[in-house]
Amino acid sequence: MAAIPDSAPAARPAAADNYLTHARGLMSWIFTLDHKRIGVMFLALIWVAMALGVLFALILRAELADPGETIVSKNVYNRVFTLHGAVMIFLFIIPSIPSSLGNFVLPIMLGAKDVAFPRLNLASLHLYVFGMLFFLFTLFVGGLDTGWTFYTPYSTETNTWVIPAVLGAFILGFSSIFTGINFIATTHMMRPPGMSWFKMPLFVWSLYATAIIQVLATPVLAITLLLLAVERLVGVGIFDPDKGGDPVLFQHFFWFYSHPAVYIMILPAMGIISEVISVFSRKHIFGFKFIAFSSVAIALIGFLVWGHHMFTSGQSPLASTIFSLLTFFVAIPSGIKVFNWLATMYKGVVHLTTPMCFALLFLILFGIGGLTGLFLGAVAANVHVHDTAFVVAHFHYVMFGSAGIAFIGGIYYWWPKITGRMYNDLVGRICAVVVLIAFNMTYFPLFIMGVRGMPRRYHDYERLLEKNPEFFDLNVIASVGGFLLAGTLLVLAANLLFSLVRGRPAPANPWGAATMEWQCASPPPHDNFASPPPVTDPYDFGNLTYDETTGGYVSAP
Amino acid sequence: MDQILISATAAARLLGGLWLPERASTISPAVDGVFNLVLGVCIVFFSIVVISMILLVVRYRNRPGAKPQESPSHNMRLEIIWSIIPLAVVLFVFWRSFTVFLEMYTVPSNAFEIQVTAKKWSWTFEYPNGHVDENLYVPVNTPVRLIMSSPDVIHSLWIPEFRVKMDIPPGRYTSTWFEATKVGDYMLLCTEYCGELHSDMLATVVVRPEAEFHEWLAKAANFMEEYKDNPAKAGEILYQKRGCAQCHGIDQPKPAGPSFKGIFGKTHELQGGGSVVVDENYIRESILEPQAKVRAGYPANMPTFKGLVTEEEIKAIIAFIKTLK
Amino acid sequence: MTEHTACTTDGHGANAHPAWLAHHFHSARQQYESGKLGIWIFLLTEVLFFSGLFCAYAVYRANHPAVFVDGHHLLSTPLGAINTIVLIFSSLTMAWAVRCTQVDQRKAAAVLLAVTLLCAGTFLVVKGFEYHHKWKHGLVPAHEFAPDEQYLESRIGAHEDGSTLGRDPAQRVRNVRTFLGIYFGMTGLHALHVVAGIIAIVWVLRRTVRGDFNRQYFGPVDFVGLYWHLVDLIWIYLFPLLYLIH
Repeated sequence: MAAIPDSAPAARPAAADNYLTHARGLMSWIFTLDHKRIGVMFLALIWVAMALGVLFALILRAELADPGETIVSKNVYNRVFTLHGAVMIFLFIIPSIPSSLGNFVLPIMLGAKDVAFPRLNLASLHLYVFGMLFFLFTLFVGGLDTGWTFYTPYSTETNTWVIPAVLGAFILGFSSIFTGINFIATTHMMRPPGMSWFKMPLFVWSLYATAIIQVLATPVLAITLLLLAVERLVGVGIFDPDKGGDPVLFQHFFWFYSHPAVYIMILPAMGIISEVISVFSRKHIFGFKFIAFSSVAIALIGFLVWGHHMFTSGQSPLASTIFSLLTFFVAIPSGIKVFNWLATMYKGVVHLTTPMCFALLFLILFGIGGLTGLFLGAVAANVHVHDTAFVVAHFHYVMFGSAGIAFIGGIYYWWPKITGRMYNDLVGRICAVVVLIAFNMTYFPLFIMGVRGMPRRYHDYERLLEKNPEFFDLNVIASVGGFLLAGTLLVLAANLLFSLVRGRPAPANPWGAATMEWQCASPPPHDNFASPPPVTDPYDFGNLTYDETTGGYVSAP
Repeated sequence: MDQILISATAAARLLGGLWLPERASTISPAVDGVFNLVLGVCIVFFSIVVISMILLVVRYRNRPGAKPQESPSHNMRLEIIWSIIPLAVVLFVFWRSFTVFLEMYTVPSNAFEIQVTAKKWSWTFEYPNGHVDENLYVPVNTPVRLIMSSPDVIHSLWIPEFRVKMDIPPGRYTSTWFEATKVGDYMLLCTEYCGELHSDMLATVVVRPEAEFHEWLAKAANFMEEYKDNPAKAGEILYQKRGCAQCHGIDQPKPAGPSFKGIFGKTHELQGGGSVVVDENYIRESILEPQAKVRAGYPANMPTFKGLVTEEEIKAIIAFIKTLK
Repeated sequence: MTEHTACTTDGHGANAHPAWLAHHFHSARQQYESGKLGIWIFLLTEVLFFSGLFCAYAVYRANHPAVFVDGHHLLSTPLGAINTIVLIFSSLTMAWAVRCTQVDQRKAAAVLLAVTLLCAGTFLVVKGFEYHHKWKHGLVPAHEFAPDEQYLESRIGAHEDGSTLGRDPAQRVRNVRTFLGIYFGMTGLHALHVVAGIIAIVWVLRRTVRGDFNRQYFGPVDFVGLYWHLVDLIWIYLFPLLYLIH
């Protein structure tokens, strides 16, 4: 069957009562216990956070398009890159997939009525809002200029607004922890009879592995930020050498969380890719067990590599060597996933819908992002590129180009289920192609600049132009790409929002997927299922056939 | 036509200089070797992935009547192959990187030692004979060891052409070493964010033949003696060498500190109220206890130079400032 | 196209369940087991939260043993011991209260919870005395650290450890400041958790008196109990590490 036509006539009766219409009024949303409503609210807030982060990014790129001071002073620039990083990481990427798509989809994928602890889920949402308010307050009073990594003693001494930002991150950390607790308990306790771990969709596996990290790593960030705040307030001296403290200790504590944090970002994204590639190749995922176990392996090994952010910090060469070796180990499970995804497409039928286009885009951008990690894992090479634009390029390829792109793909995948509407698929696919071009325009030059001598967090590169005149052209390309990229994101969002008004009603299963969430209506009823549907192989599409009248798939009787 | 030529030259420059900077130290070739090894690995694996992806998408694209074909959904042999081969490759990369790292970490004996102080936002390099400079002069083909410290926040010393980088946290010494192989001038950059003027914290590495280096060093250390009769000139040299110029401009004002032009004898408003006349005492106090009287409108950021300048040197600086009308 | 016949909108009529069984659980056992897993994971996060502080303690003690040698003389071992006994006893009453709830002995459960609260309050009062005493002698590591030098001399100088005799007074003040930072950090964070525990116990006490719990539904009491045991356990580690150093 061809790409889903979005102008097929709707031949269904008026929409039945669903989770959106189930109860009305603002209070029924603010105090809801329904995981679907919570997921939708998270989604809306996360988009706001992303928009804020993108705005900061555009200021940075506009400033860097020309050497010297272009549109903002050094002080403002330093605050903007700090807030860009902090907002993107704590308010956008870390909660993005688990709190929005995860919350919505996980219980339904398990045939359950809700997550294990709906009130904890609501608390997670409210904490997110509080965290966001703290960040908005920080922004409103002038921001902070420490970089999102808050290295001491600069962060304990600067007279910018560190404490509200750090408290905001602290609160957001608990939002994340609560989501993690919920997902672990839900996965263990609320699977339907017959759904063993190996009959569980890979998205659930990825959320489970992510939850393990959320639960084990985030508390360490929490105590680190608390200690930082206390040191600023009271002058205790844990990280301040003048008072007997050790600034490198801060780095150890900070990266002990922040490295596993990047796996919080990427693992759910990889879960989405597993679902999307299988569904749109009409083929059973290849290597289910390997993909499942690789998620857990990444989660666990990911805790052992934090020192690779500190090769030049003055830590012992023995420590650096061990961290380097372990870093190379953590690369392998990711590679295994990529090969299994490719093998899934073999002998299938590839439908280039928007979600699939984003999944393929993921493979390209994650290919670059993941592989450039090898430069950073090798100590000899790391020394040259640490703290340069190379690192900035690497992490944008993996955080934005991989996790972010998978998030967009996931939204496009589950949008019909969440909203009951189909969007314009052609617009989505064109955007995917533009993103491919714009993304590489924006970030690939940074690899080159970093290697050739452009440090990180530099407001002004005028004095570097003498030795490196190419920095001028490369920065211009990056800035043009950045604005193009931002524009495309706007179009992608507008496409979805437009579908709310003019999209055709979505059938229960527009894509022909075999996971449980596609067996209830789009949008789902308040209770999801009265009792769970029978458990089948989540990647067996054998008995799904396309029904012209509804534009969706049905199970053969 | 001109446009095409300009673009072509830019492109050629870009491609030719696409990769690593000039190799100007003994370790640069080895580091570049690791780099290019990783680059090769990246290109190979990326090509495999992207080409496979394109082939698969094209070959198995959806066409009317297309049906998925029977094929297994797991294959242990494949899984092992594509786990073991990448593992072997990364272990090989690790091993190559580790051997080069050992070399980078092992300081040769008899290295020429230079003390480095990194502070917001300038570098000072102190040579064995006591001379202090704002640039790093080194003899070519001689191992040089840098012993580095910071009185304020974490900085990081990076010399791209030497492939050398080391953080400088406050409260302890860190060190690194290199052996320059080519005479010339190179950039030294701060590459750990340290505040407002982080991107201005640059210095030059001046590599000269050994004899020329030692000649310069002997002369430079004696400039106070040399300019005994012209303290203002000595003061000007100090103004450059000790990093004052980084924050205090003369003709070009800088945001971090007041310009020195024409300030002697003037009355300045102070932060927190009051005022002061810029005389010998105020200049001396500001050098030794900069936070005592901070001029209104400027941040209280100046580090102290107590123990870093002698009374003779302070007199020379005062003499220099007096000449700036 | 047929939707799955099991899909339904909400309707308690078809799915009647006792008030204490949440609608997304299908049995009391599933609800209890889920809650148990949840609280254990939460406790694990608490352990990791404190582990950062314990780690900082270990690093400091290894690198600056003098700090701890000087500092611990400022703490009152008897008061610390009282607090330890009080907390251990409160864990006993808490566990007993859980047991009573499980066998429907509502009055006994309520009394035992109240005793637990009393113990928790006692702990905080003793801590309050200790903190007040420190504050009186200027031993609070604020930006302006101004300890009572005479008091320091009397507590530290008098001890014939050999290591503290003849030490430079300025160094001693710096050492004491660092130790106090760690002391207040660890015991302060712990005290905050005691306060949170009190709030939680008051909540389950209220629900016990209201008759919410029964043989099939006692999860909240059990889980608050587990949290309380962890708070106790953390103190049992803090006490020797801070008060009993030699």
